[in-house]
Amino acid sequence: MVNEMETYLKISDLHKTFYPHGKPLKVLEGINLEVDKGEIFGIIGFSGAGKSTLARCINRLETSDSGSIELGGTDILKLSKKELLKERHRIGMIFQNFNLFDSMTVYQNIAYPLQIAGVPKAQIKDRVLETAELVGLTEKLKAHPGALSGGQKQRVGIARAIVTNPDFIISDEATSALDPQTTMQILDLLKEINRKSGITILMITHELDAIRYICNRMAVLEEGKITESGLVRDIFENPNSKTGELFAKVFKLLQNVELTSGGGI
Amino acid sequence: MSLLDSSLWEVIKASFDPAIWKELWGPIGETLYMTVVSSLIMLVFGLLIGILLTITNPDGLVPLKASYTVSGWVINCLRSLPQMIMIILMIPVARLFFGKAYGTNACIIAIAASCIPMYARIVESSLLEIEKGKIEAAQAIGSNNLSIIFRILLPETVPSLIRGFTVSVISVLSMTALAGMFGAGGIGDIAVRYGYQRFQHDRLFACVYILIILVQLIQGIGNLVSKQILKTRNLI
Ligand SMILES: Nc1ncnc2c1ncn2[C@@H]1O[C@H](COP(=O)(O)OP(=O)(O)O)[C@@H](O)[C@H]1O
Ligand SMILES: [Mg+2]
Repeated sequence: MVNEMETYLKISDLHKTFYPHGKPLKVLEGINLEVDKGEIFGIIGFSGAGKSTLARCINRLETSDSGSIELGGTDILKLSKKELLKERHRIGMIFQNFNLFDSMTVYQNIAYPLQIAGVPKAQIKDRVLETAELVGLTEKLKAHPGALSGGQKQRVGIARAIVTNPDFIISDEATSALDPQTTMQILDLLKEINRKSGITILMITHELDAIRYICNRMAVLEEGKITESGLVRDIFENPNSKTGELFAKVFKLLQNVELTSGGGI
Repeated sequence: MSLLDSSLWEVIKASFDPAIWKELWGPIGETLYMTVVSSLIMLVFGLLIGILLTITNPDGLVPLKASYTVSGWVINCLRSLPQMIMIILMIPVARLFFGKAYGTNACIIAIAASCIPMYARIVESSLLEIEKGKIEAAQAIGSNNLSIIFRILLPETVPSLIRGFTVSVISVLSMTALAGMFGAGGIGDIAVRYGYQRFQHDRLFACVYILIILVQLIQGIGNLVSKQILKTRNLI
């Protein structure tokens, strides 16, 4: 794996400014980022660092000011509107608040992206059932999202994101609304999907544990800039940025707690 | 029987006289006809305009500031007209459509014209209630705007749309009573003609019962349907 690294996502000098109340607010200031094909890459940063904005720029839910985003060889920012809609079938996205469609059953939620992508009817059912089994929702297909627990809802979110067999998933705080145990299960599921299909995942989060558990490489986003990036292990052991240092401190603290509590109580 | 020379109790008793009610079935039919047809017209155009308002909103799917501002302004103007004045204004329009300026169909035009702007605003506020994240999810999936409107926006907000429609239908009903004075017939016409002009308060009372029952019925059905949908979705 390590030897055949191929860049899948390449972001160069990406800028984004918002104009709340007419005043410019620079949210992304020259982002450079490379994510390899098939890896789970973490982006960590505090609230307001610009993580969601970065995520939304990648599939153009947000228009960026300047820079370039290459995804699997496609220059995302150069696509026409029509091409963009098509390209989005190849990019799955999962959200903190799940954003499921309450008017649809679980089955319909998972089938929706296939219908939008124009997959023939005969294939839709098989594909939905297959995906539901992968995420462990076979029993819940007739239920509406309103009847599900948080963990189950995120499983629907994941199923909806991967049902069209995309090459890339953007996960924006996918586990931040879940309890620790459910978080682990969802992370395991993402890991499994990544292992089985070789899908590339961009894991955006403010949760240390999630990154540590699932990512090999990561970047730290601080006030709209990538302040460091590299192997997760290296960054936690030898942080070079304010945010990295802070996270590393918390990380060491947690480790000590685990060690002492592991031996003691 | 009139309250001027009989006691309230006697008038109430008289208001249940079958002879009175026999004459009311026709007007009830006219009222229902006007309410149903006006409500359907209001539903179609109100939804259409409400959707347009929502998507042309500066934060909407197809932001069109000029169009949004102008249509909002026109709707506010129309809504500030008292219903009676709207009926009078619509007389020439009705003449254009039906060749006469009075009667049931002419009044339907006035009622619809008056209620469409109101219902459009109610639709707009229902549609704006949708969680932005759902629209975003649909966009991330690659839906075009038409799919977002018809497969996400409307279905997701349908319980709220139904409640808004219920309220609006009741407005339509109350306006049919007013339109009765312009030759539209119906319960309102009877109430005004007998109750106000001839002091036959037993008939007036009978009309009031009918209006109360109709309003209760409409509200009840609306609540039931919207509740049932929420229940199916496990949202209550
Ligand atoms: N649509 C918007 N309009 C104005 N400001 C915004 C908008 N979206 C985000 N911001 C601002 O951009 C900054 C970064 O937001 P966001 O990307 O959501 O951060 P994060 O996801 O890291 O918490 C915040 O200061 C936020 O207030
Ligand atoms: Mg965020």
